[in-house]
Amino acid sequence: MAEEKNKYQSRRDFVSKAGKLIIAAPLIIIPVALAKKTETTGYVWQIDPFKCTTCGNCKTNCVMTPSASKCVHAYQMCGYCDLCGGYQRQGVKNISTAAENQLCPVGAIDREFVEEPYFQYTINEDLCDGCAKCVKGCGDFGNGSLYMQIKHDICVNCNDCSIARTCPSNAISRVPEGFSYIEKDKRKK
Amino acid sequence: MKKALPYIILVLLLCWHAVMFAQDRFPRPEFETDYVYPEHQMPTQRAPFWQYIDLAVLIGALIVTTWLALKKRSRQGLLWMSVFSLAYFGFYRQGCICSVGSVQNVSLALFNDGYTIPLTALLFFIIPLVFALLFGRVFCAGVCPLGAIQELTGFAPVKLPKTVDVVLASVPFVYLALAVLFSATNSTFLICRYDPFVGIFRLDAPYTMIIFGVLLLLAGIFVNRPYCRYLCPYGVLLNIFSRFAGKHLTITPAECTNCRLCEASCPYDAILPSNTEQVSEAPERSRKRFILYFLFIPLFAIAGGYLFKNLAPALSGVNSTVRLAREIRFEKESGIEAVTKSALAFKEAGQTEADLFAQEEFIINRFRKASPWAGIFLGIALGIGMVSLSIRRRRTEYKPDQGKCYSCGKCFKYCPIKVKSSNEV
Ligand code: SF4
Ligand code: SF4
Ligand code: SF4
Ligand code: SF4
Ligand code: SF4
Repeated sequence: MAEEKNKYQSRRDFVSKAGKLIIAAPLIIIPVALAKKTETTGYVWQIDPFKCTTCGNCKTNCVMTPSASKCVHAYQMCGYCDLCGGYQRQGVKNISTAAENQLCPVGAIDREFVEEPYFQYTINEDLCDGCAKCVKGCGDFGNGSLYMQIKHDICVNCNDCSIARTCPSNAISRVPEGFSYIEKDKRKK
Repeated sequence: MKKALPYIILVLLLCWHAVMFAQDRFPRPEFETDYVYPEHQMPTQRAPFWQYIDLAVLIGALIVTTWLALKKRSRQGLLWMSVFSLAYFGFYRQGCICSVGSVQNVSLALFNDGYTIPLTALLFFIIPLVFALLFGRVFCAGVCPLGAIQELTGFAPVKLPKTVDVVLASVPFVYLALAVLFSATNSTFLICRYDPFVGIFRLDAPYTMIIFGVLLLLAGIFVNRPYCRYLCPYGVLLNIFSRFAGKHLTITPAECTNCRLCEASCPYDAILPSNTEQVSEAPERSRKRFILYFLFIPLFAIAGGYLFKNLAPALSGVNSTVRLAREIRFEKESGIEAVTKSALAFKEAGQTEADLFAQEEFIINRFRKASPWAGIFLGIALGIGMVSLSIRRRRTEYKPDQGKCYSCGKCFKYCPIKVKSSNEV
C-alpha cells in the first residue's frame, strides 16, 4: 500500500514537473521570437496630414477632452492673406475679427496685422478643440498650411488610440518616439 | 539607426511631397519688414526614461506583493499595495500601458512585420506571468490597477450559483481568443477598446464606457471582481501559469486542522475543501473516465477550428478596411449611396475600388488562416476543463485553487491557527 502510494506520488511529481517545463516554454519562446522585433524606444500616435480628410472625429473621439489632436500652422506655407479661408467663414460680407465671421467655433485663431497686406494667423492651443474646420477651410480655399497634429504633451499615448480606430481615412498611425511629428513644411527662411 | 532609416526616408519623402505639392494658391509673401516666421510648436512627450521607471515600479510592486502575500501574510498590507497600484498605474499613469493590454502588442508583433514591440510592452507582458509561475497570481493581488479598483470596492460578497459561475468563467477564454485574433490580423485592440476602468482612471471617456465601468463597480460590490472573474483575458494566462506555481499563498500559516472555518470565506469561490471524508471511487473507473474525456480533446479542437473557420468572414467585419469595402460594394450593387465618413473619405482620397477590394480579400484571407487557431485553442481549453473535472484529487487540507485564487488574503483571518513567530521572524 505504501509502495503504491509512493509510486502514485512520484508519478504526480513527474507530471507536475513536466507541466511546469511545458508551461514555462512560452515565457522563453516569446521573447526569443520577438528578440529581433523589440525596440527600446516606444511609439506614439501621429496624424499624417497628407491623409487627413478633416472629418472632425479628432474633436469627438480622443479620450482627452479637449482633444490632444490640435491644429498647427506651417507658417512657411501660408499666404498670410487678408481673406483667410481658415479664419473667415465662407461668404462673409466684410473681413473682420467679429466672432460671427470666424470659422473657428471657439475663436482659437488669432489674427494679427504684420504689414500691408499680410496678416499672421496663430492657433491658440489652449482654446483649440481639434474640430478641424479651419483645416478644411484652409485646404479648400487657401494654401493648406493649417493641419492637424497630435500634441504629445496632452496625449496620454493610449495603447490603442481611439481616434485612430475611427479615423475614416486611416491617417493616424504609430510612429517611433523620435519622430513624433509629421511636419508639413520644413523649409526655413 | 538602421531601424529608423525607413522613417527618415518617410519624413524626407513627406517633406518633398510638401514642397512639391503644396497648394500654393496664394504666393508666399515677400516681407519688407524684418518679419521672422514663428516656430512650430511641437511639444515633446514625457521623457522616455519614464517608461523604465514604470517597469521598475512594476517589478518592485510585484516583489513587495509577493512578500506580503506569501511571507508576511498581511491582508492589510495587500490592501495598501492595491491603493498604491491604483494610484500609480491607474490614476497617475492613467492606465496605459498595462499588462492586460500588452497581450495584444505581443500578438501584433508576432504576426505583423511592420510593428516592432516596445521593450516595456514585452516586459509588462512577461514579468507578471513569470511571477505567476513562481508565486501564483500576486499580480492580481496588489499590482494590477483594474484588479485593485475592484478589490477596494468589493464590500458585500455574495455567492453566485455554481453553474452561473462556470458558464461566465468561460467568457474570458473567448475574449482572449478574439483579442489575440483581432490584434494578430492588425484589426483592432479589443481589450483596450472595452477596458471598463480606464475611463474612470482618466476621468474622461465616452460616457457609455463610464457607465459600463460604474455599473461593473456597482455589481462588484456584491459579485466581487466581476471583470477579473468573467472578462479579464490576461487572467486566463495568469490562471494557467499560476496552476503550476512553485510556491503559492496558503490559507493557514501552519498545518490545516480541517476546522472548516475558512470554508465560506473566499468571495471568489477559490477554496478547495479537503475531501478525506468522501468515499473514493475505484481507481479503475476514474482512470477509464479520464481516458475517455482525454480523447474528447482533439474532437473539441477540431470542432472549434471548424466553427471558427466558418466564422472568419463574419469576424473580419471588425476590420475597418473590410467594412469600408463592404459598404462600397453594397453601394455599387444597390445604388444606395454610401454616406459614412469612411466612405466619403475614400471617395475623396481617390483610391481605386479594385485596390480596396484586393486589400479586403487579403485581410479576409488572413482571418481564414488565423481564426481556426482561435477555435482550436477554445476547443482544447474546453477539453482540458472537462478532463480536470473528471480528476478527483484527494486533499487532506483546505487550500486555495491556484488557478482562481487572486492571493487577496481575505481568508487569512478566518484560520484560527496563528503562528506567532512567523510574523516576528
Ligand atoms: S477651427 Fe477647430 S481645429 Fe481650427 S483652431 Fe478652431 S477649434 Fe482648432
Ligand atoms: S487660408 Fe490657410 S494659407 Fe491662407 S492665410 Fe489662411 S491659414 Fe494661411
Ligand atoms: S492616443 Fe489617446 S490621447 Fe492621444 S490622441 Fe489618441 S485617443 Fe487622444
Ligand atoms: S484578473 Fe485581470 S484584471 Fe483582475 S487583477 Fe488579474 S490581471 Fe488584473
Ligand atoms: S487569498 Fe485566494 S483563497 Fe483566500 S480569499 Fe483570496 S482569493 Fe480566496
